[in-house]
Amino acid sequence: MSLVLKDVRKSYREPDGRALPVLNIAEFTVQSGEQVALLGPSGGGKTTLLNVISGITLPDSGAVLIDNIDLARLHEVRRDRFRAQKIGFVFQTFNLLQAFSALENVLLGMSFSGKPVDRKRALELLDQVGLSHRLHHKPSRLSVGEQQRVAVARALANKPSLLLADEPTANVDVKNQNTILDLICTACHENQVSLLMVTHSLEVAGRFQRVDRLTDFNRTEAVA
Amino acid sequence: MNLVTIAAKSIRQRWLASCLTALSIALGVALMVAVLVINGVVSRMFSQNATGFDMILGAKGSPMQLVLNTIYFLDKPIENIPYKYYLDIKKKKWAAHAIPFALGDTTEDGKFRIVGTIPEYFECDYVPGKKFEFQAGKPISGTFDAVIGARVARAYGWSVGKKFPIAHGGNTSDIHDEKFTVSGVLAPTGLPIDRAVFINYDGFYEIEGHGKSKAEVELEEQARRDAEIVIPQPPPDSAPPAHPAGGKKEKISDEQKQVTAILVQSAGKSSAEQSAVAFLIMPRINKGSVAQAVNPIEQIKKLLNDVVGNIRTMLVVMTALIIVVSGVGIFVSIYNSMSDRKREIAIMRALGARRHTVFSIIIAESVLLCLGGALMGLLLGHAFVFVAGPIVESRSDILIDPWFFEQHELWILPALLVLAVIVGLVPGITAYRADVAKGLSE
Repeated sequence: MSLVLKDVRKSYREPDGRALPVLNIAEFTVQSGEQVALLGPSGGGKTTLLNVISGITLPDSGAVLIDNIDLARLHEVRRDRFRAQKIGFVFQTFNLLQAFSALENVLLGMSFSGKPVDRKRALELLDQVGLSHRLHHKPSRLSVGEQQRVAVARALANKPSLLLADEPTANVDVKNQNTILDLICTACHENQVSLLMVTHSLEVAGRFQRVDRLTDFNRTEAVA
Repeated sequence: MNLVTIAAKSIRQRWLASCLTALSIALGVALMVAVLVINGVVSRMFSQNATGFDMILGAKGSPMQLVLNTIYFLDKPIENIPYKYYLDIKKKKWAAHAIPFALGDTTEDGKFRIVGTIPEYFECDYVPGKKFEFQAGKPISGTFDAVIGARVARAYGWSVGKKFPIAHGGNTSDIHDEKFTVSGVLAPTGLPIDRAVFINYDGFYEIEGHGKSKAEVELEEQARRDAEIVIPQPPPDSAPPAHPAGGKKEKISDEQKQVTAILVQSAGKSSAEQSAVAFLIMPRINKGSVAQAVNPIEQIKKLLNDVVGNIRTMLVVMTALIIVVSGVGIFVSIYNSMSDRKREIAIMRALGARRHTVFSIIIAESVLLCLGGALMGLLLGHAFVFVAGPIVESRSDILIDPWFFEQHELWILPALLVLAVIVGLVPGITAYRADVAKGLSE
């Protein structure tokens, strides 16, 4: 699966009415199966970029092409379905639903894809991330590292083509950081999933063959 | 994982708030069930099938009071009419059955009405198509025999053979010396009959103080003659004193006897024919100055529409308002939770849930809370009726069947379903419109 961003611009409206440019990307590409670390400072528009790529936020202009389908031009319903089926998301704060067990969180990710829920795959994924003994534990009873591993399993549940990871190790210790990064990278490699991970950590970015700096291609000054 | 499961999980996550919300609905529904059941019981009691008689004759006055007296054994007995008048009615061909009722006395503790009547009463239909049944014994035959209703038997623990005195005019400090013996116990009917004590009319007038004195009779005769009343008149000197001074009690004459009411079943092959006969006869009786004739069905209908119906409507409206208020409680509960759940909704949306999916989850949550509360309320309501029924019965003489199911209860669940959708709309729309990116960043 290939990801191409062309002339993508996004700005937010400040309280005084002025436009605050966040993204101004002439071109950005991720090839099929490629793993990319995107470095950028906090508040640099990394999360907004992921939201634009996943179709959660629409760009003001430009095209977000995933396998030549422009997400920005899709109807919202189709965009939601596309996101559920093709894009996996790992968040910095895990974003597990507290009312659901580890297994249910993974199943929940499958529920919204429009495909039949594959319980067997959910169990396999949780086994893959080393949580087969914690299937029925609620997030509050899991350690921080375990919660992020559940989030990784959930992100891979629908066999996505693209995995977006938003600082997935920012809230975990060094030992868990390496485990989770290994897990994400290995899982993406094994499943032929393209990976785009945003981080502000040079140490994390150093594990990737391709590292891009957001400031190198995001010319927000040009918008202003 | 379907929407209902997701909604149920969400409810469980906020179990305390959810339980309290469902409880408020449950209490509202329980109250409505109790009102509906009690209304059903009262309506049945005051239904058009409450009596098998199509005409009641009594002294001129309030028709409603006459019906309340003779059918429900409520309110104070009105004036009496002469026994001779009853004898005259009894002879009429249009009267298939004419049953005298002599009212006024009560059981010793004043709790239950005494009804002086004749054995023929127990041969009549007490409601259309239903004959009296005895759970023990037989109808009255001897002068001091009595038949008691099922409620009386249960209250006092009386059975056949039990002897008891009665209180004059309901005055518990004025107990007659004469004692009556229970000859039969009626099977429960669910009607006011259950709380009456029927004694032999002849026995009623064997009791000291029940017959009119000779002077009273003479005065009345004079008044009647003056009014040119057509009732057969006895010779003035034939009436003996009710209680001859110092001597042995003499047998009371027909002139000294009175009846409070005459219950008439008109002659006719069908109920329509009987009603037609009653319809023709009543104006003729009402033209006279002795008695009034009332159609009990008409009076009961009036009572049901004017009094019971209004009270029922008021109670149902009040309880419906309570349920609406509980519904607002659900709205407030879900709406307040929305600020805490912005992130939860945003996560679902980020995972691919559509806008209408999160909207449906909120509606499902509201429906689960409402229906859960309603089912709890239905059980609570009937449990309340089951527990409170005997207490109400002992204090008000209204018989409440704890297993009684009011048909209107069937409307509660659909009504609450609609309410659930209405109160879930605004929180649902809030979820529908939620900004995913903003929710994820909170």
